[in-house]
Amino acid sequence: MQARSLSRQVPVSDGVLTILHHLDLEIASGESVAIIGASGSGKSTLLGLLAGLDLPTSGEVHINGENLFALDEDGRAALRGRLIGFVFQSFQLLPALTAIENVMLPLELAGTASARELALSVLQRVGLGERLHHYPKHLSGGEQQRVAIARAFATQPKLLLADEPTGNLDSATGGRIIDLLFELNREQGTTLVLVTHDAELAARCGRRLRLVDGHLVAE
Amino acid sequence: MNLLRLSWRMLLREWRAGELHALSFALLIAVGGVTAVGFFTDRVNQALTTEASQLLAADLALVADHEVNSEFISEASQRGLTPVRILTFPSMVVSATGNQLAEIKAVAPGYPLRGKLRIQSGESERVAEGIPDPGTVWLDDRLLAQLQLAPGDSLELGAARFQVAAVLSFEPDRGGGLFSIAPRLMMNAQDLPATALIQPGSRISHRTLLAGHPREIAAYRAWAAPRLARGEKIEGISDARPEIRSALERGGKFLNLAALTSLILAAVAIVLSARRFLERHLDGCAVMRCTGASQKQVFLLYLYQFLWLGILASLAGCLLGYGAQWVLARQLGGLIAAGLPAPSWTPLVYGLLTGLATLLGFALPFLQRLKRVPPLWVLRRELGGPQRINLAGFAAGVGVLLAMLLWQAGEIRLGLYVLGGLAAVVVVALLLTHALIRLLAPLRHKVGMVGITWRYGLANLVRRRHASASQVVALGLGLTALLLLTLVRGDLLHSWQSTLPVHAPNRFIINIQPDQVKPLQVFLGSHDMAAAELFPMVRGRLLAINGRAVSAADYAEDRTKRLVEREFNLSWAERLQDDNQIVAGRWWEKRSAAAQWSVEEGIAKNLGIKLGDELTYQVAGQSFSAKVTSLRKVDWDSFRVNFFVIAAPALLEAYPASYITAFYLPAGDEALLNEMVRTFPNLTVIDVAALMNQVRVMMERIASTVEFVFLFTLAAGLMALYAAIAATREERMVEAAIMRTLGASGRQLLLSQMAEFILIGLLAGAVASLAATGLGYVLATRVFHLPYAFNPWLWAIALAVGVLGVTVAGWLGTRGVLRQPPLQTLGRLG
Repeated sequence: MQARSLSRQVPVSDGVLTILHHLDLEIASGESVAIIGASGSGKSTLLGLLAGLDLPTSGEVHINGENLFALDEDGRAALRGRLIGFVFQSFQLLPALTAIENVMLPLELAGTASARELALSVLQRVGLGERLHHYPKHLSGGEQQRVAIARAFATQPKLLLADEPTGNLDSATGGRIIDLLFELNREQGTTLVLVTHDAELAARCGRRLRLVDGHLVAE
Repeated sequence: MNLLRLSWRMLLREWRAGELHALSFALLIAVGGVTAVGFFTDRVNQALTTEASQLLAADLALVADHEVNSEFISEASQRGLTPVRILTFPSMVVSATGNQLAEIKAVAPGYPLRGKLRIQSGESERVAEGIPDPGTVWLDDRLLAQLQLAPGDSLELGAARFQVAAVLSFEPDRGGGLFSIAPRLMMNAQDLPATALIQPGSRISHRTLLAGHPREIAAYRAWAAPRLARGEKIEGISDARPEIRSALERGGKFLNLAALTSLILAAVAIVLSARRFLERHLDGCAVMRCTGASQKQVFLLYLYQFLWLGILASLAGCLLGYGAQWVLARQLGGLIAAGLPAPSWTPLVYGLLTGLATLLGFALPFLQRLKRVPPLWVLRRELGGPQRINLAGFAAGVGVLLAMLLWQAGEIRLGLYVLGGLAAVVVVALLLTHALIRLLAPLRHKVGMVGITWRYGLANLVRRRHASASQVVALGLGLTALLLLTLVRGDLLHSWQSTLPVHAPNRFIINIQPDQVKPLQVFLGSHDMAAAELFPMVRGRLLAINGRAVSAADYAEDRTKRLVEREFNLSWAERLQDDNQIVAGRWWEKRSAAAQWSVEEGIAKNLGIKLGDELTYQVAGQSFSAKVTSLRKVDWDSFRVNFFVIAAPALLEAYPASYITAFYLPAGDEALLNEMVRTFPNLTVIDVAALMNQVRVMMERIASTVEFVFLFTLAAGLMALYAAIAATREERMVEAAIMRTLGASGRQLLLSQMAEFILIGLLAGAVASLAATGLGYVLATRVFHLPYAFNPWLWAIALAVGVLGVTVAGWLGTRGVLRQPPLQTLGRLG
């Protein structure tokens, strides 16, 4: 994955705020990278751009050789469906769907025939084999995040992006979530990019990048 | 005080943040609609009343069989009312070729106080300026024909000679007392002494016509009523012809129905908007509670905000309504001949109260809930927010609405029917939605049976069970109102107008002698009027009910008193007329049936006559009794001959009778009447064509005013629909953005949303068609007393509009997600 001269500005009341400043980034397949930085430094914005969830002011992102921003919104969604998994800080499970239905959703959207079986095995893998038919509101925070991780890994993405995956969890639960994330990463050979405040989590990644004033600095 | 200021500042902030736009807009439209309807119906009602007063030629008439005490006149003058006295009496009019009994009307300058006289002199017909000059008279064409006179000829009346100056073609107050009308001669009251016709014992009707401000008229009526002596009575506008009265009442009901509906729709929009407001403010409230605000403070803060909002939005709504009704009035143009009077201020007060009461009545339960949010909500959502609102919380709102409905309807029955009907709609919608969800829910687990998009749509419907149900209720109510106002209104107006068919009888012939029945039938038959049926008529006075003497003093209502005082037109019949319907008891079927009565249900109610009662009548000096064996419902609008009291033939056959008939005479065939009068000189022909035309014009005017008023209700209905869709819009957008993240294509997103919208639309359409059919039936048969015609299109249209409307509105609401990067949606809303 490559990002070239990536910039993101947002209009504010007294002008324009530059969050990312002509930023370049290259991540090799199978790598694990932690992006760290102070609150408001633009970590989540960067991650969103890498997933094609937001549009840059200028610059390009190439994933597997495809230029993300040359595609339309549908094209980016299809690419995400094929290649990218995303884990949000606030889980973002669909409240109308049960745990297994949430995990099945990306598989079904991609038209995978054996969605239920695949979803079942991933959920068992994350230790939620007993809670398949629970709705998100009946699951604890840790359980919800495990469902979200199962959902992200269900399509066996080449690239997994995680935005503060432990940010909403207590440290013990967070620790277990991190273990799970790295285990799955190893098993599937996924490229992992995560944004975190958590020094311990960052330390487990192969590479750490700090975002300062819109620029990336290697640690 | 601090809280008041803080609430004002918060209101401004919320306004800038766009938090209150939907709620304010709903309230603004609602109040605007209600006040526009209020202002407009107020003006239209005033105008209709003016038109109705033309039938009386005044706003109030004091009628007596003697000259009334002068204090009645002086009191009227003192109150700023204009009194004009007219006298009517029967007298022979003599011309060179013969003589004829005529109804003489002596009028004073100023007559008519309401409406216009029309006369014909030479070829042209025109509005008369003033009254006949002294020494001249105006004759109607019937009297002119009977006396073979023409304008310019002279005639004798009593001891005086007069010149015929014009043909009297229209008198606004000619309607009263249909069967007592002999041909008319109108003269100037100044000439009365010269005729020497006013003698002690003469049968003279003294009418004092009064006109003025409605308040003064009402005050005068209240003053005069207890002072009336025997033989004196007051006639107001509502005592004018029953046909006109029922047209006015129905027109009023239609207008009120439109206003009522817009009020209910406003409440629906407010509930939905307030609920959304609550959901979006739980966090803020919890934070305030965390920072030390008491429950009371939180509650008052929001209450004040809503009060500010209510006052401002209601005021703006009143302005909107005031402006809108001027536009309406302009559009109405010359439709109401009398012109619309200036609106009164009552609708403004009503609009303000409506806005505030509805907003608070339906928002308070949500504010109550807002104050109970636990501070811990900030940290732990899974704790669950404050408890759900139970329906009892809306009791106050519903109470307020009920009170306003009754106030607006001005009639408990219509208000209760509408409210009861809507309550039934709510219950049916809830039951249907839950039943359908229960039925469909298992489908989503059957992979392969339904696609992912339908599965997702179903899943949403199931999860949002309560929200879905309330959406179905709101949409169903909105649609019901729209259906009621478009299709059912059309059907009702149509069947109302068709109660007065194009070829309804426009001439009555009275005074037909028994030996003329056959020849007259032959005569009419030979002129293609064979259908005319002749009815025997016997005049009789009601003496007693169940042996107890009947007296006018026993009854409170003027009309009933009059009924008791005057002679009834009784008839006998073997067969039940087809515009009559037995509502209690049984009709006799044989000519030989025993002596018995059949009584019209309205008069039976007024006089306190029940099935099985024994009525004693006096006819031609003899009294006799018989039991009431049936009560009938009569279609008075049909303009056909009908009788309050009908006897089995055996009871009345032996008494002297004359016959009466009614038939339709096409315009241009008037020559036939001359031939008939020549053949049967004693017949009296009564022309009701002009009167029927008045009724028809009135119906058309009322129908078009209802159509104008309907536009506002339509806007209110659309607001309720909008609020229902907007209620879950943001939730949907967030969910769509998440699905986008997971790789959903635009088509998949659209289809999954559509699936849910289609189901909701179908349900709402089904609920609305059920409700509109039921309500339409009840309104037609119970309130408007019209025949009900089932309209199968209603179902097709309701389902189609439900599905299409909801789907298109839903698509418009969520299509932004399809074009927007998901993180922007999540960042803004998530």
